[in-house]
Amino acid sequence: MNIVVCVNHVPDTETKVKVGPDGKSIDKAGVNYMLSPYDESAVEECLRLKEKNGGQVTAISLGGDANKETLRKVYAMGVDKAILLKDEAPRDSYGVAKALADVIKELSPDVVFFGKQSIDYDDAQVGGLVAEMLGLPSVSVVVKLEIDNGNVRAQREIEGGHETVETRLPAVFTAQKGLNEPRYPSLRGIMQAKSKAIEERVPEPVPPQVEVVAMRKPTAKGAGRIVGTDASAVTELVRLLHEEAKVI
Amino acid sequence: MPDAHAPSGIEFSFTDTMKMVQSLARDFAVSEIRPVVVKYDESQEFPFDLVRKMGELGFMGILFPDEYGGAGFGYLEYVVILEELSKIDPSIGLIVAAHNSLCTNHIYRFGNTSQKKEYLPGLCTGRTVGAWALTEPGSGSDAGAMRSTVRREADAFILNGSKAFCTNGSVAGTAVVMAVTDPSKAKKGISAFILEKGMQGFFPSKKENKLGMRASDTSSLTFDNVRIPRGNLLGEEGSGFRQALTILDGGRISIAALALGIAQGALGASVKYSREREQFGKPIGEFQAIQWKLADMATEIEAARLLTLKAAFLKDRGNEVVLESSMAKYYASEAAARATSEAVQIHGGYGFIKEFPVEKLYRDVKLTTIGEGTSEIQKLIIARELLKTF
Repeated sequence: MNIVVCVNHVPDTETKVKVGPDGKSIDKAGVNYMLSPYDESAVEECLRLKEKNGGQVTAISLGGDANKETLRKVYAMGVDKAILLKDEAPRDSYGVAKALADVIKELSPDVVFFGKQSIDYDDAQVGGLVAEMLGLPSVSVVVKLEIDNGNVRAQREIEGGHETVETRLPAVFTAQKGLNEPRYPSLRGIMQAKSKAIEERVPEPVPPQVEVVAMRKPTAKGAGRIVGTDASAVTELVRLLHEEAKVI
Repeated sequence: MPDAHAPSGIEFSFTDTMKMVQSLARDFAVSEIRPVVVKYDESQEFPFDLVRKMGELGFMGILFPDEYGGAGFGYLEYVVILEELSKIDPSIGLIVAAHNSLCTNHIYRFGNTSQKKEYLPGLCTGRTVGAWALTEPGSGSDAGAMRSTVRREADAFILNGSKAFCTNGSVAGTAVVMAVTDPSKAKKGISAFILEKGMQGFFPSKKENKLGMRASDTSSLTFDNVRIPRGNLLGEEGSGFRQALTILDGGRISIAALALGIAQGALGASVKYSREREQFGKPIGEFQAIQWKLADMATEIEAARLLTLKAAFLKDRGNEVVLESSMAKYYASEAAARATSEAVQIHGGYGFIKEFPVEKLYRDVKLTTIGEGTSEIQKLIIARELLKTF
């Protein structure tokens, strides 16, 4: 089974993100990066597919040299090949999808996996766009996947429940958390990853279709309010939740 | 363009590989160890499940080459791993340290090819836990005064005596044991042997009930006419004491790394608490009395880290590290003892109860100023090295 997984290098969830001086992008100073968590589930699922069916897993990441850290991590987890699409310039989802689709087309994989979204810009568009560009079926927000002889049965998360869908390979999937429990890279994997080559390619530039004009942080939350400290406060709290906050 | 005046020859940043190792150890400690810290501390059981998982990830064979099932890393990565594990639970760090740098390392450094092939694969993958036995009830700092003796027979060595305070003692499948083969030669009459669990007459006798490091097993070992095959002698007869001292050079780096983790864990908890805890209408971190404590802790930790990483760096380069490892062990453990004490003080009453992590770190830290050479012995070694050099 020929498997491709697209992985993104995103600010660590513990990073306190600040808007940069241009007001349109984040200030990258002092930011730690990590493999996007949904992509981690995608990598795990691809490794399990390989372990079950044989074949190889190729990881692709779009970005600068810093993305090599994430590619080394997925090497340490067990992927077979890593490609860096080297482009430091910001791209919208379409531009990212186009760069990835061009390479994926060449690899003609049976399975293409993404995380359901990257936890930086949260567009959740790239998986679907790539499927469209390649003319492949796409199943998003997958929580369970069974593949038998090219026949796919996938469970996806929908509002308030699960939906089961069927399709045929080749196909594109995006992973929801809970699809699996991603493995830790082992120390031996990390050691071996040191000497593995990362193939570098330069993607074609794509004119942006969407332009970021401003970026701001949400307004700081006001301080909480203590309604009271004994049982009599309950009535008042319910009234406020109902009439003021209008949540019940 | 590189700056022509940029300093060269000293590099303070972690390599990408060290960062990956650090993040693996940190993720493992937070996700797998943290939920069971209290359970093992209270029950004082040995965490076999964690050891199995650490074995799968390579933590039980950090320092040994791939051909024996090890990860093939050096002391720098080893220090990084021990610090991360010890931030969450130092007793897990201690299990890994004694297993790697004492037992397994002794066989790796001084064993012959067939001994390495026989014992290292099980140890490096964590299928077998390793122990290392030097201290006896009557000989601690004065290790050369040991009484366990070995008498030679035609095809075997016969060992009698006992060992005390042996880390991993009652759970080990493989133990390296130092004993006297020739009493007339004093320290030069000591040899090192590989013992296996199940050898007749070899049994752990008493598991100690300890102040701290309670998930780590500390036991006495008893030898009653244990018949050790000739092939289990490590290196030359009479070289056991010298071997043990070499092994302790690396062991001291382990304890320094453990102490570093404990101190960093105590600082992290204290910073968090100082932000959250309010008295007199503001977070206690806004009071200078607390700020000064945090500043002292952080500064001493940074100094300890530099000493420890320098010793590890030199050891990886193949240098002798008697002086550096003793300085690192001495300073890091004493700094960690101060840091945990201040951490409890910052937490006030909450530092005295088990719901906050500093109570346990305060108990665990004491091992680091005692084990693998007390602070007083470290100072003795440091001074001897100085007087030898100048």
